[in-house]
Amino acid sequence: MDLFGIAVSLLVMFTGFGLLIGLLFGFFGMGGSFLVTPALLVMGYETDVAVASGLAFVFGTSVIATLKHRDLGQVDYKLGVLMIAGTTAGIEVGKQGLHLLQDLGLADTVVSVAYVGLLGGIGLFVTRQALKDDGGGGISHDVDVDDELDAEGIPEIAEKIQSYEVPPMMTLRGGVTVSLWMILAVAFATGLLSGFLGVGGGFIRMPALFYLVGVPVPVAVGTDLFEIVFSGGIGSFLYALDGAVDLAIVAPLLAGSALGARIGAAATSIVDEDEIKVYFGVMLLLGAIAVAVRKIGGVIEMPVLDTVALVIILGAALLVSSAVVYSSIQELRTMPADTETIPAD
Amino acid sequence: MIGVESLGGWGQAATVIGIVLLEAVVLYIGYGALEKLVGSKLIAAIRGDQ
Repeated sequence: MDLFGIAVSLLVMFTGFGLLIGLLFGFFGMGGSFLVTPALLVMGYETDVAVASGLAFVFGTSVIATLKHRDLGQVDYKLGVLMIAGTTAGIEVGKQGLHLLQDLGLADTVVSVAYVGLLGGIGLFVTRQALKDDGGGGISHDVDVDDELDAEGIPEIAEKIQSYEVPPMMTLRGGVTVSLWMILAVAFATGLLSGFLGVGGGFIRMPALFYLVGVPVPVAVGTDLFEIVFSGGIGSFLYALDGAVDLAIVAPLLAGSALGARIGAAATSIVDEDEIKVYFGVMLLLGAIAVAVRKIGGVIEMPVLDTVALVIILGAALLVSSAVVYSSIQELRTMPADTETIPAD
Repeated sequence: MIGVESLGGWGQAATVIGIVLLEAVVLYIGYGALEKLVGSKLIAAIRGDQ
């Protein structure tokens, strides 16, 4: 049976997959292209269609998420524009470095090792911080209206960066004052990694905004999403010029993901923040393992390991999102009846 | 691809991105309204409140 010329089974599958991804996106503020593109590739879509549709999906999701963060006053446009400028320059330099490595025949190995190292490193760091946590530091995607946008609990590295008073100094949301040059340097460095690794960079930028620039987590997430609207929009437009964006994939994915994102965002106000950080760290660690498995599959020429890698990623997504929903339901059931839960919107 | 193939290059790209943008805004407003309508009832049901 078809609907708008698309098989209903395919629509249901993509909507369900979108719901799963949206839940993670709403909860952590990440997880879009990182899951969609590999899944589409394994399903047999052409590489350009998989990448383009993944990008268009990320664009749509980030528009929805940015609208919500804007309503909550968690987007710093000034910081966002500076990050876009610095990141764009960094991506260009990163791409040049990648081309150089390609000429030397080392690109694939270096990029895979760097990707696994970075993903695993951030995953370990966040998990360690969460497990020894003291209430400060760590990553969460808390979008509560009542979140304090103050500069308390600034990580040490961010304090060090903020101590370099090279004019012009800028005051950001949450009362953080930092040198314009430091923001551009952080943006450039994250762009460099994005260009070099060929990834969107949300999982690098969001921790960088919090740990290095020192803006509060909700503002880091909101500003990062604002940047993704531009990078995702421009990227998908460029692919759409070649007709590579498939709306039959993007539309149902987006419909499911928008609903999942609301559930995920609402869950952040229910689930304990330390639990959120542990889930985030576990997701990144399993992502690193999946990339490593795929790389090994390429080296020993065993394509089946590509599927194993995808199963690890999807399994991790399903496991973590189920844990989020389960924890939320358990918390809700143990809350006193008169406790107010903060709506996601 | 849902009938936008007849448009060429820039027109097709702009239409595709416009559709995604429009869908995103409609979903944001639609699900927002749905959440306001049934959100508290759903939470009450999970808690087992009357």
